[in-house]
Amino acid sequence: MKDFEYFSAGSLQEACSLAYEYKDVGKILAGGQSLITLLRQKLISPTCLIDIKGLKELEYIDFDQSAGLRIGALTTHRAIEKSPLIQEKYSVLSEMEKSVASVQTRNWGTIGGNLCSADPIGDPAPCLIALGAKLKLVNAKGERVVPMEEFFVDYFTTVIEPDEILAEIQLPLPASNTGVEYMKFSTIEAGIKIVSTSVAIAVKPGTDVCDGAKIIMSAVAPIPLVANKAAQMLKDKKLTDDLIVEAANMAASETDPTSDVHASAEYRQQLVKVIVKRAIRQAFEKAKKA
Amino acid sequence: MDSTKKVIKLKVNGEAYEVAIKPRMTLLQLLRNELGLTGTKQACMDNSCGACTVIVDKMAVKSCSILAMQVNGKEITSVEGLASKDGKLSPLQESFLEHSAFQCGFCTPGKLMSSTAMLEEMPDPTEEDVRRDMEGNLCRCTGYVQYLEAIMDVVGKRKEAAK
Repeated sequence: MKDFEYFSAGSLQEACSLAYEYKDVGKILAGGQSLITLLRQKLISPTCLIDIKGLKELEYIDFDQSAGLRIGALTTHRAIEKSPLIQEKYSVLSEMEKSVASVQTRNWGTIGGNLCSADPIGDPAPCLIALGAKLKLVNAKGERVVPMEEFFVDYFTTVIEPDEILAEIQLPLPASNTGVEYMKFSTIEAGIKIVSTSVAIAVKPGTDVCDGAKIIMSAVAPIPLVANKAAQMLKDKKLTDDLIVEAANMAASETDPTSDVHASAEYRQQLVKVIVKRAIRQAFEKAKKA
Repeated sequence: MDSTKKVIKLKVNGEAYEVAIKPRMTLLQLLRNELGLTGTKQACMDNSCGACTVIVDKMAVKSCSILAMQVNGKEITSVEGLASKDGKLSPLQESFLEHSAFQCGFCTPGKLMSSTAMLEEMPDPTEEDVRRDMEGNLCRCTGYVQYLEAIMDVVGKRKEAAK
């Protein structure tokens, strides 16, 4: 690891001014569960790190009956997994967090750091997109809110500007008549996911007719992939088994996976067909009970 | 003092330390190279294997992937801190011995730290809970059965003692 200057920010305001001052050479450090490895492997070598991990003001889980859920960007994966509030109202989020890396990584790693590292194998992003999340980005001058679908640009790249810091993840109230399911395929639980998907299905009350769908997959494209064509196939249709299989196949055709040591591109595409099909079925069942 | 160094204060195994370090130093390097606590093992160095697991503020974490600067002011327990001062082993250490819960032993400190933190948080886990919780600790010798038995034995004995 190369030497760098290190600042520990005492407040979000201080972090923002440091981020502005060092915007050409600095990196924001949260839990560092991806960043430290990248530094060690010299894949990146910033000359300055701005450590925000200690900012308690960005560590919270708040629920409001009208506004929905707000999660501070420095909330750990473990805190989200264990939150009784999230288990009750957004159970899919807690279920997903349970399979993010290992306990040790979840204890130190933060949700905001995970999203900003923008690794396309990450599970939180697809799940949060399915739940309709928005991200609050702040800098020294103000803030802006970005829908999560528009956050990711390319491998390890987001719309976040060098002087901006992700401060909060905002989720709307759980949608009525809607079920959300997370599903993954990995060889071991704490290992790299070969593919995963999060699916939200809304049904017209009392029917088997789909009122809207979102299908998002990880590890099959440079960014979390939203399968728009597959979702469109389901809208306003009765969700028969045949249609679900067709939609899952469509989702697989929308992917652009690469081959790596974990799986070949063909294998990933084949797995998408299976897990998206299963996830649609599960989300549909949940929606009918929601 | 080297001007690129920064001073941090921390407690390791109950003892207070004040050390001047380069910001790029990881917690693992601090423990092993600066404090001479070589019980914590260095293996994969990319957050995968769990051999470097220590406890920071009651949570198991991988010390290879945390900067030492980030534990400024915190309390750390490494494997050297599990036994009491007079050398009496912790119940988990005893049980690991009894069950021969290691082959080469390189992953053992990490496994002890993960299971110690787990039993603090979850006093009465099922075998499934233990399997799930310990997934971040790999064993290259594939010795996964004996340590599972060792941990469950401690859980069982605790329950017995509580009766």
